[in-house]
Amino acid sequence: MGRITLDKVSKSFGEVEVIPPLDLTIEDGEFVVFVGPSGCGKSTLLRLIAGLEDVTSGEIRIDGQDATSVPPAKRGLAMVFQSYALYPHMSVRKNIAFPLRMAGMDPAERDRRVKAAADVLNLTDYLDRRPGQLSGGQRQRVAIGRAIVREPAAFLFDEPLSNLDAALRVGMRLEISELHNRLGTTMIYVTHDQVEAMTMADKIVVLRAGNIEQVGSPLELYRNPRNLFVAGFIGSPKMNLVNGDIAARHGAETIGIRPEHISVSSDDGEWHGKVGVSEHLGSDTFFHVTCNGIPEPVTVRVGGEVDLHYGDEVWLTPDPDHLHRFDNQGLRIA
Amino acid sequence: MARAVSTRRKIATTALAWAIGLLIFFPIFWTILTSFKTEAQAINNPPLFWGFDFTLENYAIVQERSDYMRFLWNSVIIAGGSTLLGILVAVPAAWSMAFVPSRRTKDILLWMLSTKMLPAVGVLYPISLIFVEFNLLDTRIGLTLVIMLINLPIIVWMLYTYFREIPVDILEAARMDGAGLRQEILYVLTPMAIPGIASTVLLNIILAWNEAFWTLNLTAANAAPLTAFIASYSSPEGLFYAKLSAASTMAIAPILILGWFSQKQLVRGLTFGAVK
Repeated sequence: MGRITLDKVSKSFGEVEVIPPLDLTIEDGEFVVFVGPSGCGKSTLLRLIAGLEDVTSGEIRIDGQDATSVPPAKRGLAMVFQSYALYPHMSVRKNIAFPLRMAGMDPAERDRRVKAAADVLNLTDYLDRRPGQLSGGQRQRVAIGRAIVREPAAFLFDEPLSNLDAALRVGMRLEISELHNRLGTTMIYVTHDQVEAMTMADKIVVLRAGNIEQVGSPLELYRNPRNLFVAGFIGSPKMNLVNGDIAARHGAETIGIRPEHISVSSDDGEWHGKVGVSEHLGSDTFFHVTCNGIPEPVTVRVGGEVDLHYGDEVWLTPDPDHLHRFDNQGLRIA
Repeated sequence: MARAVSTRRKIATTALAWAIGLLIFFPIFWTILTSFKTEAQAINNPPLFWGFDFTLENYAIVQERSDYMRFLWNSVIIAGGSTLLGILVAVPAAWSMAFVPSRRTKDILLWMLSTKMLPAVGVLYPISLIFVEFNLLDTRIGLTLVIMLINLPIIVWMLYTYFREIPVDILEAARMDGAGLRQEILYVLTPMAIPGIASTVLLNIILAWNEAFWTLNLTAANAAPLTAFIASYSSPEGLFYAKLSAASTMAIAPILILGWFSQKQLVRGLTFGAVK
């Protein structure tokens, strides 16, 4: 079981309050992603749950039990660090077995569990190597192995893929999702990469300056961002945000439209502009169009076969059904 | 990119390095050489570099007059004991300063180091009184304690610098893996800091071995180490350079050999962290 409840949890470092009191419930078996720009307090929040930082006020409950002042070793949680944090003086086998050794498990059972974890993570051939002799991806797998063997109530991941190259990152993303499906254990995952958040999460928690901006499933957040910050943060390429007269015409301070909800025409439409840079991804093409009366270039997503060039004149029309409207506080207008 | 160095410059710097090395080594060389001369040849003017009568007589006399092994054994116990005790105290101290620093940590470190600037003679009187009070005069335990305390700032400072190099993530991982404080220090921190701890131990054995002020002032016969052994040959009844040299050679030989075999470790330890 791994239901984690944060009740008015706050954290200050000296005079600076990095996390104002917040409430959050993570259900058993959920894959929750904390996402936000750097410095938003997402790692601090994870460290509070882990017990590596003390809360300033509030209560953390794990499966209904107050764990606020329980030391990290006794919380039954496992953590995977961005830097892998493997023990450099121990072999892979000893690294994975370390938490079991600390728990005083008998060597035969320890060995069995290490073998099983190594099997799952394709590490069997590397058990006698030192971390220094492994690649980044292998090291990260050892770190995950060390977390799995304990059969924890929940896994905590602190930006585990940031140090890997792009190709490996996609592979490891799938592996972690696969692991979650197989184990069904609660996972809390911290990242600044909204693509990781969208692809992996059951539930995304968007943070800014220690505040929870919105909690919801990836598609909920994508379709109904509660405010301008979430609208701009979730989705790649970013949602186009337009202010001024154009927004006022739609009865809003700011309107938002996703790149795929804009239609392109060569002879008629709502906004007139010139094609700037285009990015061809094969299946899709992104055009950055400079429109009259809109200071920022508008990003448009079309199929890979649309043939437009730098300097071409086009007309853009946002799909009214997918138009997001925000008031002068930046909040969504229903 | 490696900087291009001309051959002439290479030769010049090599020659300079050798010159400085020889200059530093010369007194030791001269001591060893003198120890094989007769007393008359030892004070010969001009000094004799060769052509003297090679003799082992000085060593025989020194060994006969005083029991070298007893002094050696005292030196081993005092240097080894004070270093071991110092490490036991300094590891937890350096751990807390490196990994749980407070606003005053830097000040404490500086203050500790500043005690090394105090002339030892300034505290001779109070320490002597304490020694008299606790019956520690001329005991190995008393001397071990004093030398441990004298060198403790250096041990703590060195260990602190090594510990700072260890990523805190790894210690946190150990905490998450269920390690208590003792296990964290024993199974994770210490093995990772072994190179640093080893060079700290070596340096402190050398410092303790060479310590002369306290060993001379607080010992008489029982606990006297090799420093007292040497000093006993610069006696008021006249200087015997050859015998003094023989005694000195015997006193420095063990530490010279230890230093020779561990020089790689020492250099690595002293430059640890400087180059990444």
